[in-house]
Amino acid sequence: MGIAKDFKNGYLSGLGVTMKTFVKTVTPKKMGGGAATVQYPHEKEAPPIRARGVIALREDNCTSCMLCARSCPDWCIYIEGHKELAPPRRAGGAPRKVNKLDRFDIDYALCMYCGICVEVCPFDALFWSPEYEYSEPKIADLLHDKTKLGEWMETVPEYPELEAGAQKGKK
Amino acid sequence: MSVFAVDIPYWGQSLLRVLGGTVAVLLPAGTIVYLFLFKMMSFMQSRLGPMEAGPYGSMQLVAEVGKWLQKEDLQPLRADKRIFKIAPLIVLVSTFILVAVVPFGPDAYFTNFQAGIFYALAVSSVSVLGILIAGWSSANKYSLLGGLRAAGQLIAYELPMVLAVIGVVIQAGTLNLQQIVVAQNAGEMFGWNGLGNPYLLTQFVGFVVFMISVQAELTQTPFDMPIAESELVSGYMTEYSGFRFLIFFIAEFANVGVFSLIAAVLFLGGWGIPFSWFGWHSMGDVDNWMNIVGPLIMVTKMIVLSFVVMWVRFSYPRLREDQLQRFAWKVLIPVSLLNIMVTAVLKVIF
Repeated sequence: MGIAKDFKNGYLSGLGVTMKTFVKTVTPKKMGGGAATVQYPHEKEAPPIRARGVIALREDNCTSCMLCARSCPDWCIYIEGHKELAPPRRAGGAPRKVNKLDRFDIDYALCMYCGICVEVCPFDALFWSPEYEYSEPKIADLLHDKTKLGEWMETVPEYPELEAGAQKGKK
Repeated sequence: MSVFAVDIPYWGQSLLRVLGGTVAVLLPAGTIVYLFLFKMMSFMQSRLGPMEAGPYGSMQLVAEVGKWLQKEDLQPLRADKRIFKIAPLIVLVSTFILVAVVPFGPDAYFTNFQAGIFYALAVSSVSVLGILIAGWSSANKYSLLGGLRAAGQLIAYELPMVLAVIGVVIQAGTLNLQQIVVAQNAGEMFGWNGLGNPYLLTQFVGFVVFMISVQAELTQTPFDMPIAESELVSGYMTEYSGFRFLIFFIAEFANVGVFSLIAAVLFLGGWGIPFSWFGWHSMGDVDNWMNIVGPLIMVTKMIVLSFVVMWVRFSYPRLREDQLQRFAWKVLIPVSLLNIMVTAVLKVIF
């Protein structure tokens, strides 16, 4: 009894699983078959909207507070900045001091895509973008400077709508 | 030998046989690797496999061979160099001398031994020698363990294989592979000869035992303890690189093909079609065109049988060493002994 049951549930159904997958993969795509994979350079799969592809920088929001650079486990963020005087908000006021970025580099050869910098940024200057095709023949080219990081901003998707019934945060 | 009533001189025959033997070993190996290892395994894992080299990746094997041939021929410093180099050749040669007895048609055979199946079973264990000395001469503990496991396993599964064949031999009344084919196609089951008498039906237990043993002899997956990559790196093949690895690789899949051919001869009626369809009665009646159709039938049957071998390979996880030995000695050998007894009794009764 036990052997017969094992045979049916283990050995035969095991062969059945591989055969079913085989038939499904061979069936043309129009008829609901096809492989689970895509032929990458020829066809691309759209990454999920919240995929961790590359980190984008909105330079205007950055105050060079260095929180991201200090929280980075790989020390792959390099920030340099200086203070500048900007015209006052109201006429007659004192000129404002603002932080200007001289350098904001992320070395993607070191980055481990943990996302702590995005989490920790208090001024919404760093964003995840699902873009993933930026490999380089030379490892030094993986160091993205602030212009390049700013260009990634265009690929940052809109925040998705909240689910029905979800409450917004109280802040 | 006179195929199509053309007399071929002895040197011509020899040349034909060498060419035919090479084709009969390398063609099945290539077919099996592309069709099953590259494509069928991918499909069973819901992916497409190689698609870039040639249409549907059909030239992938050529690319792989080219890559292997470029690689450096490495040997470990403390290896027994000469034996280390010879070992893969011994494994491959055992495939060639095994295919020598497989009949592909009434006249299309390499040799026609009176005791063909006896020779085949004896010669099939030569590859064990190659594997054992490959493991031993590598000066590597993983290789050595792999070689020893291979030897233990191949010896354990040789027995049920031989015993399963004995049932066929009793029923056919001959050791000659050609006559086993004739006995199946000219035979009849309970007075009905529409299908001949393929021993797949009357020797089903023997067939199952034979195929399981073949799976183990070929060290295909449920029985691939010798090259268990998660514990032994790659077993006896660990230290081989470049074209010596390629030879092991070809030999592995050529062996799948050759054992499928032998299984087709023993259990599926070999090159023949049921003789009653054309009103033939014995070997002498078979028309000459069977020399062309016969090999095609053999290749078809080989592909079907190696499909089964590969299907099982891609479906099951690996057995543990003790489970593997227990299965051979406690299940397969008693079953095949019982099969011999029952066959012998029934042979006397009918």
